[in-house]
Amino acid sequence: MDILSMTIKDAAIGLKSKKFSSVDLTKAYFDRIKKINPTLNAYVYEAKDEAFIDAENADKRIAKGSAAVLTGIPCAIKDIFCTKGIRTTCCSKILENFVPPYDATVISKLKNVGAVFLGKTNMDEFACGGSNEHSCFGPVKNPWDISRVSGGSSGGSAAAVSADLALFALGTDTGGSIREPASFCGCTGLKVTYGRVSRSGVMAFASSWDTIGTFAKTVEDAAIVLNAIAGHDERDSTTPNKPVPDYPKNINKEVKGLKIGVPKEYFGEGIDSKVREIVMAAIKEFEKAGAKIIEVSLPMTKYAIAAYYIATPAELSANLARFDGIRFGRKPHKEGKDLYDYYLAARGEGFGDEIKRRIMMGTYVLSAGYYDAYYLKAQKIRTLIIKEFEKAFEKVDIMISPVAPFPAFKIGEKIDDLLSMYLADALTIPINAAGVPALALPAGFAKGDGGVASSGAELPVGMQIIGPQFSEELLFQAGHAYQRLTNWHTMRPSV
Amino acid sequence: MLSEDQVKHIARLSRLGLTDAEIKKFSSQLTGILEYMDILNEVDTKDVEPTSQVTGLENVLREDEARDWVKGEELLASSPLEKQNNQIKVKPVLAEPEDK
Repeated sequence: MDILSMTIKDAAIGLKSKKFSSVDLTKAYFDRIKKINPTLNAYVYEAKDEAFIDAENADKRIAKGSAAVLTGIPCAIKDIFCTKGIRTTCCSKILENFVPPYDATVISKLKNVGAVFLGKTNMDEFACGGSNEHSCFGPVKNPWDISRVSGGSSGGSAAAVSADLALFALGTDTGGSIREPASFCGCTGLKVTYGRVSRSGVMAFASSWDTIGTFAKTVEDAAIVLNAIAGHDERDSTTPNKPVPDYPKNINKEVKGLKIGVPKEYFGEGIDSKVREIVMAAIKEFEKAGAKIIEVSLPMTKYAIAAYYIATPAELSANLARFDGIRFGRKPHKEGKDLYDYYLAARGEGFGDEIKRRIMMGTYVLSAGYYDAYYLKAQKIRTLIIKEFEKAFEKVDIMISPVAPFPAFKIGEKIDDLLSMYLADALTIPINAAGVPALALPAGFAKGDGGVASSGAELPVGMQIIGPQFSEELLFQAGHAYQRLTNWHTMRPSV
Repeated sequence: MLSEDQVKHIARLSRLGLTDAEIKKFSSQLTGILEYMDILNEVDTKDVEPTSQVTGLENVLREDEARDWVKGEELLASSPLEKQNNQIKVKPVLAEPEDK
C-alpha cells in the first residue's frame, strides 16, 4: 500500500508493527509537499526541523510501547492555531511575523499524544471567507481542478488532506469554514458542537460561533482525532464539563431504525440540481440500510445568512481591536506622528479588504442607534433558529442535507460579488447559529455548473449529517455506515 | 444606505486608515449588504429572548489565583516596537481623533 494514501488507522498499525517509522512517514509527506504544494498553495509554512524532532521522539515512544493512536502521525494545522515558536499569521499581513509564545490547548493535546506537525495551512484572513481567496499568501487551488477555489476559510487544510499532503488537519468552523472546503475538496470534515473543543489559543473571529474541528480521509479518522482534542478546558469557559465518549469505540453501530430528517429548505431554490440529486441518492443509501426517512421543515433557514453577517462581524470587530501593531505583528510603513495615526496606518495597511469590510460592518451594527435594529435583532433570530432545530430533533435523530449549494467555483468568479459569495454558506451557517454539530463527507461528483466555462473536471460534492448538540458519536456512526456502503471517500485527485 | 461620510466615520471608530478609493468602494459594498439585512424585518421577534450563549452555560467561575503562564519578556518580544524598562515605547497621544 502506498504510504501516503493510508488512513490514520492504517498508518498507526504500520508504525506499531515497524513496517515504517514516523521519520519515514514524515519524510514521505515532505517530499510530496515539495512536489505538490507549489501548485496548490495549501501550506504557508513548513515546520521541517520541528517535525523531524517530533517524528524521532514518536519513534522512540513507539519502540517503548507507549504509543497512542496518533503518535507519529503527520498532520497539518490551520494558521489560526497558536503554535509556540512557529510563525502564526492567520494569513494576515498584520501578523506576518508573529511567533506565539505559547501553544493553543488543542496543539498541546496533540503534542501530548505525539502527533507530528508538518506545517501551517493557508486560510482566508482571520477565517473570514468561503473561498480562501482572502489570504495574504494568495488562494489555495482546488486539487480536483486548479482553476477552482478550495473553499474556505480552512481551504489549505482541506486541500492538504484531499491531496495526500497530511493524514489529517485541524480547522475552524464559524459559518461553514470546515464543511464547505471539505465538500469542495472531497474529504471528511467535522464541525463540532459549540464548546466541545477548546478555543484557547485559537485566534478569535466570532467567539460565540467559532468551533474547532478536523479534516480527515475517513469518518473513523475524524473520530480518532476528536478523541484526542475534545473536552473541558479551564482556559476556555465555554467548554462544558461534559464527559467525552470514546468516539471510535461504537462506530460500527448500524443505522437500522435511525430516523433521518430531510429539511426541505436545504433542497430548494438556489441548489444545483446535480447536488440535490447526489445528496438524495445518499439518503436513499441510508433508507436501504434500514433508516427511516422523514421530511422536516426549517423555515428560518433563509434568515440565517443575514443574522450571521450582523452578529459575527460585530464579534469580529471587537476581537480584532487587539491587532494594533503595538503588541503583535508588524510596524506600518508610515508610522505617523501620533498614536492615532499609527493605529490607522497599522490597521489600514495590515488588514485585507474583507476584514476591513467586516470590521466596519460590525462597528456599524454595534454603534448607538443601530444596536437594537441589527445586533439585537440578529441575536433574537438566532434564538428562533435554535428553537427550530430543537423542534426538528424531537421528530428525527439526525438530518442530512447538501453542504454547499454548488460545487467549487472558479477562482475570481465571485470575488467582486459579495452576496453571491456569502450564499455559498447558506446551508452551513444555520448549523453554527444553533451550535449543533455536523459532519461533512463526500457523496459524489458533479461537473462545475452555472454557465461558467468548465474544464470538464469532475468536482466533489459533499453532504452534511447534522445532529443535536453533543451528538458527535451518533454522527460518526451514521457517517461511518455510509462510508462502509460507498467509496466516494476513497477517491483522490490526480494532482 | 451607507454614505461615504458614514463610512469615514465608521472607519475612524474602527481605527482603519482608508484611501479615498476604498471609502468609495466600501460605501457601495456595505450599502448592498445592509439592504440585504432588511430581510430580517419579515420576522416578528417580539417577546423573543436574544441568544449569546448557545449551550446555555452561565456564570462559569474559577478560583482567582495567579498561575505560571508566558513570561513578560516573551510577550514583549512579540511587539515590533522599541522597549524601555520592560515597556513598549509608543507614539505620543497628542490630538483627539475628532480633530483630524
